[in-house]
Amino acid sequence: MSIQHEFAQALLAPDAVCPEGVFSSNGADPASRFAVYRNNVHSSLNDGLAAAYPVVRRLVGDEFFHAMAGLYVQAYPPTTPLISEYGSSLADFIQGFEPASSVPYLADIARLERLRVRAYHAADRQALDQPSVLQQLQGAEQLGHLRVQLHPSLATLNSPYAIVAVWAAHQTEDAIATLNPWHAQGALVLRQGLAVKVFAIDSGSVIFINRLKQGAGLEAAVANALEASAEFDLHQCLKLLISHDAITHLHLERKVSP
Amino acid sequence: MMTPTPDYTISLAQAPGLPLRAGLGLKTEHFTQVLETCPDIGFFEVHAENYMVAGGPFHHYLGLIRAQYPLSLHGVGLSIGGEGPLDREHLARLVTLIERYQPQSFSEHLAWSSHGPVFLNDLLPLAYDASTLSRVCDHVDQVQSTLKRPMLLENPSTYLQFQRSTLDETDFIGEIIRRTGCGLLLDINNVYVSCINHQRDPLAYINALPLRAVGEIHLAGFAEDTDSLGDRLLIDDHGAPIDNAVWQLYEQVLTRTGPVATLIERDNHVPAFSVLQAEARQAQWYLSQVAR
Repeated sequence: MSIQHEFAQALLAPDAVCPEGVFSSNGADPASRFAVYRNNVHSSLNDGLAAAYPVVRRLVGDEFFHAMAGLYVQAYPPTTPLISEYGSSLADFIQGFEPASSVPYLADIARLERLRVRAYHAADRQALDQPSVLQQLQGAEQLGHLRVQLHPSLATLNSPYAIVAVWAAHQTEDAIATLNPWHAQGALVLRQGLAVKVFAIDSGSVIFINRLKQGAGLEAAVANALEASAEFDLHQCLKLLISHDAITHLHLERKVSP
Repeated sequence: MMTPTPDYTISLAQAPGLPLRAGLGLKTEHFTQVLETCPDIGFFEVHAENYMVAGGPFHHYLGLIRAQYPLSLHGVGLSIGGEGPLDREHLARLVTLIERYQPQSFSEHLAWSSHGPVFLNDLLPLAYDASTLSRVCDHVDQVQSTLKRPMLLENPSTYLQFQRSTLDETDFIGEIIRRTGCGLLLDINNVYVSCINHQRDPLAYINALPLRAVGEIHLAGFAEDTDSLGDRLLIDDHGAPIDNAVWQLYEQVLTRTGPVATLIERDNHVPAFSVLQAEARQAQWYLSQVAR
């Protein structure tokens, strides 16, 4: 077994073990020195997760979060040196983590926080200015076949819980949650300029936006949204997207030749 | 026909390089303050991996700051000492960043941080023997030929030693520099931390290095712990002001090297920008004492 293989295994082992073949020049127990590396690895990753998931941490408290994150680090150490991507599967881990089941919306809050990190680092793309979007929408002869390209930072999330309300209520350490989390809510996450924003949206809007992202024309996207929710309001949804510079391109669907 | 190894020592000397001044690690907390106040700082340094993202505020601010200041790109994830091959995707990301920001310097660590598919997020120690030496030299050669520029290699801070080591750390580093033509990023805090941890004389360690190859100096603070014998165990945490002992070593190094681009590193417990500026001014004062 190679030195680095043994070293790496000992760093990630659940129990504090010290690899063979190492020593301290003063004769100290090498385990007391190896502990520094072990602590560096675990605490840097654990702290990184706490920074990336501040609302999840507030919802369960520091002690619970660090214990949960410690188990996650051990089970799923990073596989990339790009640490901003680390923790993408934490929400799925939380979903199956029995001790967290008393906070059933915790996994969806983690999903929302991950979308925010992704939006923050997403590619830059110039938005269409608002007057020209309106002009193109009003002037289009085949409005239903218009395809709407959305900003790369934009993503949605559907939840059976009021995730946007819960997330918004826990933006400070001393938040007191008096809200009712037990109703469904959709979330829209996007970056406008340099700022990441989160909006509560209805389930029809989630479907509409997702269909646009998949390349559907306006008409098809509206039909799908209305199938999901009769209350879907196209005007409100477009207004939200336009006013937050979410539309980067508008063009007509290419007709399929007979 | 064999292609001769390019002599990066020559290009290192000819490269414009970092100004021979004090610089600061650029922290995201200080982006707007730097742009608003345009402080008199010799250069800024960033961790390459933090900027391997598609877009957003990090690139926005770094682009604006790069337009006004020289830049040092400091890698923390290439795992140059790793037993496995270098991550080609990661090298490609470095090429992209270097093309975008045209930094005056690129540096990485004499350490490993990846094993197989796992990234361990720490700079881990190496056994100093012939096989490690040839592997590290191959990796440094690969980095320099891929990036088409010389790199600086940073001496490590360590807490343990390997029974398998047959070379002194200083000889190991000297041999890498001789074989690959890379430069030395002399981290004086790392020297002090390692020497206290391994009962060595820091000045003797420094004198055993090829100081002519120093292209940049790092200064930082450490945390203090004790080992199983109750002896001092220094931890390189970049979370405290620079210790007096490190300032004294710095002064002694400069008398040997003359002025060298010097970075104040602070990655944890980041204080107000003015606190870091004061440390940069102190380094600048030492630099002015040896100005030629």
